[in-house]
Amino acid sequence: MDFERKHILGLQELSAEEITLILDTAESMKEVSERDVKKVPALRGVTVCNLFYEPSTRTRSSFEIAEKRLSADVLNFTLSHSSVTKGETLLDTARNLEAMGASIIVIRHPMSGAPWLLAKELDSSIINAGDGSHEHPSQALLDLFTIREIKGKIEGLKVVVVGDILHSRVARSNIWGLLRLGAEVRVVGPPTLIPGYIENINVRTYYNLEDAIKGADVVIMLRIQMERQDSEFFPSLREYSRFYGLTRDKLVLADKDVTVMHPGPINRGIELSSDIADDAGSVILDQVSNGIAVRMAMFYLLASAGRTA
Amino acid sequence: MSVLIKGGRIIDPSEGLDQVGNVLIEEGIIKSYPKTTAKFEKDPNVEVIDARGKIVAPGFVDIHVHLREPGFEHKETIRTGCDSAAAGGFTTIVCMPNTNPVNDNASVTEYILLKARTEGKVNVFPIGAITKGEEGESLAQIGEMFEAGCVGVSDDGMPVMNSKVMRHAMEYVKAFGIPVISHAEDKNLSGHGVMNEGEVSTLLGLEGIPCASEDVMVSRDITVAELTGAHLHICHVSTAGSVRLIRAAKKRGVHVTAEVTPHHFTLTDEAVNQYDTHAKMNPPLRSEVDRKAVIKGIKDGTIDVIATDHAPHSEDEKKVEFDLAPFGIVGLETALPLSLKLVEDGVLTLSQLISKLTDAPSSILNLNKGTIKQGAAADVVVFDPKKKIKVDREKFHSKAKNTPFDGWELKGEVSHTIVDGRIVYSA
Amino acid sequence: MDSRSISRTVLRITNEILERNKGASDLVIIGVRTRGVHLAERIRNAIKKLEGIEPPLGTLDITLYRDDLRRKTEWPKVEKTEIGFSVEDKVVILVDDVVYTGRTTRAAIEEIMDFGRPSSIQLAVLVDRGHRELPIQPDYAGCGVDTLSTEKVRVHLKEKDGNDEVLILQG
Repeated sequence: MDFERKHILGLQELSAEEITLILDTAESMKEVSERDVKKVPALRGVTVCNLFYEPSTRTRSSFEIAEKRLSADVLNFTLSHSSVTKGETLLDTARNLEAMGASIIVIRHPMSGAPWLLAKELDSSIINAGDGSHEHPSQALLDLFTIREIKGKIEGLKVVVVGDILHSRVARSNIWGLLRLGAEVRVVGPPTLIPGYIENINVRTYYNLEDAIKGADVVIMLRIQMERQDSEFFPSLREYSRFYGLTRDKLVLADKDVTVMHPGPINRGIELSSDIADDAGSVILDQVSNGIAVRMAMFYLLASAGRTA
Repeated sequence: MSVLIKGGRIIDPSEGLDQVGNVLIEEGIIKSYPKTTAKFEKDPNVEVIDARGKIVAPGFVDIHVHLREPGFEHKETIRTGCDSAAAGGFTTIVCMPNTNPVNDNASVTEYILLKARTEGKVNVFPIGAITKGEEGESLAQIGEMFEAGCVGVSDDGMPVMNSKVMRHAMEYVKAFGIPVISHAEDKNLSGHGVMNEGEVSTLLGLEGIPCASEDVMVSRDITVAELTGAHLHICHVSTAGSVRLIRAAKKRGVHVTAEVTPHHFTLTDEAVNQYDTHAKMNPPLRSEVDRKAVIKGIKDGTIDVIATDHAPHSEDEKKVEFDLAPFGIVGLETALPLSLKLVEDGVLTLSQLISKLTDAPSSILNLNKGTIKQGAAADVVVFDPKKKIKVDREKFHSKAKNTPFDGWELKGEVSHTIVDGRIVYSA
Repeated sequence: MDSRSISRTVLRITNEILERNKGASDLVIIGVRTRGVHLAERIRNAIKKLEGIEPPLGTLDITLYRDDLRRKTEWPKVEKTEIGFSVEDKVVILVDDVVYTGRTTRAAIEEIMDFGRPSSIQLAVLVDRGHRELPIQPDYAGCGVDTLSTEKVRVHLKEKDGNDEVLILQG
């Protein structure tokens, strides 16, 4: 099949076939990263701009490496975004980049919907590198790729997502991807952080970690965002980790071959106990190279005939 | 110049009138309802409007409009706001005090009235703020503003969070016989919400404003109104909970009235769709359940009037990230066709609808408008309820174009708007 | 060409390779996806029979090196390139089913160079249909065929298509 889209904004609108195509293409891209000369000329002459309104070393570097491996020209903009500072509007900034020749814009922004605004108003292709609490497609795709690599498939797996679902774009994208590919998805966390409406899309919600984790094949732990720790949503980190932190004794309730994943960086002792963190840590390192491969696949599929520059 | 409106179906709910006939306007007032028209048609000093097949009604009264002047003239001015009103069939509009500076004292009130007299082609009545600067802490110069011409008080845009302050305000206005008009919202429950809290907001990753935020404050306002005996008017009702509370309060005999906007009985939060900032307003578009409850409230009289909450913003201000876009949409020029759908759907009769746009809002604020009985000021609207139209925001008379209804195919077009006997708008 | 003539041709090409390179000691074989790979396997098996040596075999997907990548209306699917050995100082026998404009070969050469510096690259094809657009010539060719650019040359191999044959199709 062909990848017909001009943008990759989220996983909600992608079909199972499209997601599978990206993952399959990522397999081939992974091989490029294993060569000595990690470069192919596929995107030569294409200018890609990384427009990051939130600081992020990992994601940005991963995108940058992917872009360079495909021989694209890369522009990096890391801007601070405050609704208080009267700077240039998002649209004006992006229009300038387009005028400079950027044909693909990778945007990370603290407000949900920012990539959609660009997609509506600009001519360039837009890739969402994370918008507010909404979606983070490349992270979910690389999680899916990693799960597929370890488990051989996604369909029929029991996957549990643990933590702050309410504010997590990683959770939302992962949920869409997993549902599309046929997994059974559960979420668990403090009631204040689990939006009830998520049951409407066929995800089971739990407030008790032991119940949720029974028989799980994959456990995805979300980061507790320390910035949100203004005691609005739960009384203290101590309580959070007591009830929702993953420890060895809770993990035995899962499938014996369970894989624990974490988008990183891990808050040791809070989301994961140290020993599990080490196991999860090794998966995280695999995810780094998978992330580059998945992002290369995204660029490759997006830069198709006549659609860029 | 006299005006003869010939052959239209005259609907004046204030007089219980619904019949085909003629209306003669002389010297700015409704002179008579002549049985024959021949002699007027021959008179060169009489302008004849052929209203056959059309409705002739009192000019509409909108008791919730934002004119943005002083302070925000890039969004709208009193002049352009009045132009927009006239194009929508409104002959009287009431403007909210969240200007810059806030209308919390007589001099701002006088400024607005002066501007309206010299530049506004329709009648303008100002609402004064409840509290200084709309900050919710100490009472504004209510008496002074009343004397200068304010017809009610409101902190619209903001609730009065402190119940004690609200109590004092409700007691104080009794001396002047004006209502306290409440923007009912619990700011703490709303948080940084930008749309209705529900499935749509969850999937879009946007913080939601729960229905409870409005319901809690409506309940608080009604309770304090009961305590004080004041006339409470609730703005832009949007939830099933509010409707239920108001219905019960009216049954108990509380002096409470309520208004609804056309967008709240037409759209739901699904309109936010792909982060369309033209669907962002406060209170937000709610769920279908709420919309249906609001319509039921219109039908059974729980909700007394239709008011647009016309909130103009410039295009640049709306072409930003959803979180950053200001709340509000314009409404004066789409109110009639959207409201006529209520008649088409059997929720109201045409006469009941016109009442909700004319004598009902007028009586809430004691404006003495909304009627075309003999001797009344000649504020008249002539419209064709069957005329098919396509909403085109580029043709709006308002300075602002922020509407979610662009391109909609509706029915109902104003053909003439007359204020004090002068034709201020014709299609 | 039919099955028998294809087998004879593969044998002949193999012999030419061995003759020119004086044996198989420094050879590596790389087949261009998709059918070049099957031909490469056949050549390798033939070398094994003749010399007792089995040269390393790699597969090359040239999609990412195509010079017309962004002009195509169907976006080609990328398959895996698998070269599990070093090409440094080796004689690379590059195998494809058809050489036509020469652009595929150019892309293949560029990709191989990204893996290392071979001592030489020699091109072996089953069919040379002419109409070169670049200065590229096969070192070993099964047969030369005169074709119109409106025609299509289709090579079918047992491993993939069920039977061996070379077809020339109109328009």
